[in-house]
This record gives sequence, structure tokens and C-alpha cells, in this order.
Amino acid sequence: MADVKKHDTPMVDELKKGRWPSFVDDIEQKGLKGKQECLDLLGQLELSYKHKETHWKHGGIVGVFGYGGGVIGRYSDVPEMFPTIAHFHTIRVNQPASKFYSSAYLRKLCEMWDHRGSGMTNLHGSTGDLILLGTKTDQLEPIFYDLTHQMSVDLGGSGSNLRTPACCIGKARCEYSCIDTQAICYDLTQTYQDELHRPAFPYKYKFKISGCANDCVAAIARSDCAIIGTWKDDIRIDQAAVKAYIGGELKPNAGAHSDKDWGKFDIQKEVIDRCPTNCMWMEGDKLKIDNRECTRCMHCINVMPAALRPGTDTGATILLGAKAPILEGAQLATLAIPFIRMEAPYDELKDFIGKIWDWWMEEGKNRERSGELIQRQSIQELLRRTGLKAIPQMVKEPRSNPYVFWSAEEVEGGWKRDLAEFRKRHAA
Amino acid sequence: MQNRITDIGPPHYFQFMPPVIQKNYGKWKVHEIIEPGVIKYTSETGDVCFAVRCGSARLITTDLIREVADIADKYCDGSVRWTTRNNIEFHVTSEEKLRALKDDLKGRKFPGGSYKFPIGGTGACVTNIVHTQGWVHCHTPAIDASGVVKSVMDELYDYFGSHKLPAQVRIALACCLNMCGAVHCSDIAILGIHRKPPLIEDERITGVCEIPLAVAACPLGAIKPVTVEVNGEKKKTVRVNEERCMFCGNCYTMCPAMPLADGQGDGIAILVGGKISNRITAPKFSKLIIPYIPNEPPRWPTTVKTVKHILEVYAANANKYERLGEWAERIGWERFFEKCDIPFTDKSIDDYRLAYTTYHTTTQFKWSVHTDNL
Repeated sequence: MADVKKHDTPMVDELKKGRWPSFVDDIEQKGLKGKQECLDLLGQLELSYKHKETHWKHGGIVGVFGYGGGVIGRYSDVPEMFPTIAHFHTIRVNQPASKFYSSAYLRKLCEMWDHRGSGMTNLHGSTGDLILLGTKTDQLEPIFYDLTHQMSVDLGGSGSNLRTPACCIGKARCEYSCIDTQAICYDLTQTYQDELHRPAFPYKYKFKISGCANDCVAAIARSDCAIIGTWKDDIRIDQAAVKAYIGGELKPNAGAHSDKDWGKFDIQKEVIDRCPTNCMWMEGDKLKIDNRECTRCMHCINVMPAALRPGTDTGATILLGAKAPILEGAQLATLAIPFIRMEAPYDELKDFIGKIWDWWMEEGKNRERSGELIQRQSIQELLRRTGLKAIPQMVKEPRSNPYVFWSAEEVEGGWKRDLAEFRKRHAA
Repeated sequence: MQNRITDIGPPHYFQFMPPVIQKNYGKWKVHEIIEPGVIKYTSETGDVCFAVRCGSARLITTDLIREVADIADKYCDGSVRWTTRNNIEFHVTSEEKLRALKDDLKGRKFPGGSYKFPIGGTGACVTNIVHTQGWVHCHTPAIDASGVVKSVMDELYDYFGSHKLPAQVRIALACCLNMCGAVHCSDIAILGIHRKPPLIEDERITGVCEIPLAVAACPLGAIKPVTVEVNGEKKKTVRVNEERCMFCGNCYTMCPAMPLADGQGDGIAILVGGKISNRITAPKFSKLIIPYIPNEPPRWPTTVKTVKHILEVYAANANKYERLGEWAERIGWERFFEKCDIPFTDKSIDDYRLAYTTYHTTTQFKWSVHTDNL
């Protein structure tokens, strides 16, 4: 074992205390077993705690041949103090949809990463990738070779491209899921490998897929194209189970509030009165739902999962343009397609995505997210470019200002007018 | 480029799932949280599967991953998964294995005493904090991520393994305004902010920056290209209208010659009331209620105390199923500030493009500590 140099890290060491898993203890243990990178990282972190400033240099463009992204270059600005992290690049490895792993796969990955990198990871990055945290430039190609040849896994995305898609757990383990989120996630990832690995967009683009409106992967807030499962028919009601909730045999919300006394379950107060559209009522001991008025918010199903289930005529709602604040302000995704069938090979969706990308690649400014393009050029332009029809579901409310654009073709007689004709009727 | 494999994407998800999940894929009928951190799933086939959820620091080593693999081998047919909030989930099919797995997980600690695999994160709890790179790996942060998260979770630990809140509380952290992750849509959000305009390296800027990109990077048009004399030489560079700069740091993202990190100036803003789900109300953005708390490594005591206080006032006052943002909107923001005893400052009043939509255009308001002495 190589000699390891432990730095004096009194502030960072404070974070070994307390009950929540300590990243410091984990990293230090690894360091003491011979990984100097781990100890140098804690040393540099101590310096940051002292200065209250980061000690990573700006940027760093590194990568693997054939790809324009997947690796985030990073260099220490105090390399003489912490030489093993002078280069400390991050590699984004494309995670399997919904992040199930076999122990064999994880062990193989650890073996490779201990050999070629720092031994530190993020499980997982916010976009979904498995993050290998910290290696040197000359290791990037060998790592990529090992990943593709030995583990049959590819890099994820970075830069102005399609980023790694992610999904909720879906049908693998959730009775709410209206669509096969993993299958969609995998299919889109494979279909658009070129767009993912070789940046060709004005800026980044993200897909996220949630099985229902609970949106466990936060698609509506964190993806340019959110695919969220829904249904068109009636909520399925098991009246016997409804009775069991009312009678107290079944726990509301599957037991999610078990450590506080909220009183006896009151279906009127907890379900019917909380329904956002007031479309539920009791008739005797039977629960009734006016499904035409239901907006499928999931509340009643969440409270009584054993009694209520989503319908069986399922598909997805597509919402576009979510992003964080930079540059023009944060955006939640906005409804574009209320309902689309989601059966492989998802041609209708892909056709739509192609039209959005054509528009954005032609009109989008440098570093303009697709959601900002929609704001700048309007939803009307989105409709023209994609062939979607305007429907009231696309707005929270109709506009209140009267600054309405008409095209010449929409107006009788067009815009070419003769002033002389006008003056014949009206003296100046 | 010989023997190169490209464009193969991720491994197929199905191969890594435990047999009970493969067999019952798409057939699940109902779930029940039998205790904090343990969810029982029942399939239409009659099969049953227990998921045990554990906290994780997200930033973890290969040694810890190997330990996870060992546990997966021992109890779970070698399968394990991570959640969208970076918790770890183990699956078992019998009550005996469930008991043994739980006992095993509870016994595993780091040398310093922290739990390796605390069980919880289900139901009306505070689950894992979605967070970013901080001073561990990023070049634009105003705060650390891992250290703040550890400090907050230590203090809120009992809420992770219990179901005593009105609804789930999602806490997120981002170390700068890029807001990687979920800060803009969380119940409680911890955000790194700067408070000083960038420095400008006139000598270096043309060598490392495309000046038009730096100019275009400013949301407020505060940057203009100029030519200045440096050591008797005319150089192209930029100037920042400091009155107009709100320290977002996006110019530094585009241009390494415009650094703005500052130990004294940087710190934390707190936002609250965001949500993502469509349950009862539509998704909401989080709103800025505290403009600045200083960086206080290694334990960030003021931030920790503030987050805990907001959480506990919410827990004591909100209705069942009511998310923090729904509660604040129901009682009114004036009452939220009063109840949480948070001073209201002009920094919480929006002054960016669509600010008008956040003004209070009604005579409907409540009297509060803010108006009592008028």
C-alpha cells in the first residue's frame, strides 16, 4: 500500500458526527486504505471551509474521441497542495432506467473505478446519471473502453445536447403507473444516441417520464419534454374497500401519516372536500365520482389506494419547456398534448419531438432553452411548427390584453388597401 | 479508433430487477407503508414484495457501494436500486428476510458513529435532500452542498424515520442560481447566492472568453464590451454596470475571467412553498423568504436552525395532506411571515420582468405584526 498523506481537517472532521450518513467518514475511510485522492479531496474541502470559496478552476474541456460530451473537466486551483486531485474530471455513466442494479454490475464498476479513478461517486446525478467523481485526463479513454467493452454501458450526456433521460419506477413497482416509463425511457435513449453524444442543439434538452401526475421524477419541473402518464376513462372504484377505509380497517394514504393522531379517517373531510373540482360525493355508503369533471390530480387515489385505481384507457400528457431560472426565469412545463398513446415504437411522439427540434435548432439562439424559445416566439408559433390545434387546455386562462395578431389571410379583403378609396368616403 | 464501441446507451433495465419485480411488472395492485421506510406491495398474482428505503449521502465511495452489493447478495437476490431522491432501496419477499435485513441495516455505522443505512424516507416525512456539487467539485458555487445537507439532515434526522408531518416535505439544495436539481420547486429550498459583482481580469479576458457570449449571458443587460488601456496597451474587455448586477454568476459560467466567489459576500437564501406533484393543487415554484444567511462551515448553524423552525411551524399549523406551499397560500404570506417570525424585507419583493403578477392587487389582506403599529 502506498503511503497516504492525511491532511489536518478539523472543520471537515466535525461532519463525521451526527446520525445522518457522513460523506466525510466514508471518504476518509477509503482514503486511509490507500486512496490519496480521497484525502486530498477532504484537504481541499477544508481549505474551502476556511476561505468559504471553491477551489476548483473554471471549466475544462476534456472528453473521449467520437463524443462531444459525457465528461466534465475539472482542475484544482491549489494543485501543489493536493496533487492527486490536480485533474479531477467527472464521468457521467448512463444509468439503467429507474436505477435497479445487480451486485455483480456494481462490483465490476467499483473495480474499474478503483483502478482508474478516485473511488468516489455520486449515486446519482440530478439528471439521473451515475457519476464517477474524479479522474485524470489520460484515464478517460481507458475508462470509456472498459465501460463499453466490459460492462456494456455508455456515457451519459453533457453540453448542448440531449441529456440522459430519466423516469420514475413506473410499472416495475407502482400500481399508479399509466405508462411503461422504463420502456419509454430506454427507447428514447437508444433512439437518440447521436443527439445525446454529439452536441448539435442550441442548448441542453431533457426528457423525463413519470407514470402518473404524482410525478416522482419531477418531469414537470426538470425536463424540456415531460411525459406524464394519465387516463381517459373512469377511476376504478372498489366499493367494499371504500367501506373498509370508512370503517377504519384500511389506513388512509397507505399509512403515510401513522405517527401523528389525525383522528378517525373522515372520507368527507379528507377526500371529498379536498377534491379540487368537487366531483365526488357519497350516495348512501357508495362513493361516486363524476369522472367528466375529474382532473386526475391523484389525491383520492393517493388517500385510498386499495379502493381507487386509475382508469385503463391510458396514455400520456406531454408538457414542454421546464427549466431553472437562468436566463429568463424559471419555468414549469406547459401543456402541449393533453393525451397521446404510448405504445412502442412511439412514432407519434417521436414525430412531434422531431418537429420541436427542427424549430428550435433553426430558431433557437445560442444557449436558449426550448422553453425560452416558446416564450419568445409564442405558443401560437409552437402550434404552427408542430401542427397542434389550439385547445383551452393549453392555457390556465385566456389572455386579458387585446394585443391580438391576425394574419392578412385571416381578414376579409387582406391588408392591401387604397388610401384614395378611403378618402372618397372620409375627408382628411 | 480501433475496436471502438459507441452509441450503445445504458444497460437494459429489466435484467437488474429482482425476480418478484420482473414477474409482477405492471401487475401491482396496492401498496401499504407498514412502518417508516418499509413499503409492502401486493400484486394481482398474490405475490408480495417489501421495499426497505435507506438514506444515503449521495456522494459515496466504491467501498460503500460494495457494502450495498454485499447486502443485496445476502437478502435480495443481488438486486438493489436507488430512488429519484438518492435513497437506496432493498427488496425482499418474506417477513423473515425483512426482519433480518432491517436488523442488519440498523447495525451498520461509520467509525464516527453516523448510520450507514438509516431506514426511512417514506410517507409524511422529510426525505433525502436533493443536492448538488458544492465545493466538492464545482467551479461556480456560492456555498457547499454536502456539508450543508449533512448538517440539516443531522438536525432533522427524526423526521426522516417517522410519519408525523401534515404531508411530505421536500428539501433541496443548490449551490448557485443555476439551480441544478429541484430547488425551484421544493417545499424548503436552500440556495447559494453571491452578493458582489464579478471581478474582471482585463489582461486575460480576450484569451479565455468570447466577449459577446459574456455580454449575452447577463439577464439584466449589465455587461457591455469596452476597450481599455492596460499597461499602455489597448485591450478589448467588458465592464459591468454594478447598479444593475444581481450577482447571478452566469457571466462567470461563460467567461473564466469574471470570477465572483467571495467568502464574505456569499451565502444562503431560503425559498419555500414549491411542489411538483399535481395533487389537489397545481405544481408551484418556491418563493424567496430569507434573502441571506452567511456561510458558516462546517455546521451552518443559522441555516439549520432556520430550516428546522420553518418545518416545525408548518408541522404545528397545517392541515392533513397540506403541503407547505398550500398552507402558506391558504393563510396568506403575511401570516406565514408572522407565524414563522421571519422578518419581511424588500428583497422578497419581485423586481424582475413579470414582477407585476406577484403584487397584491386587492384590498384583501390580514392584519399582522407588520400592520399592527400603523
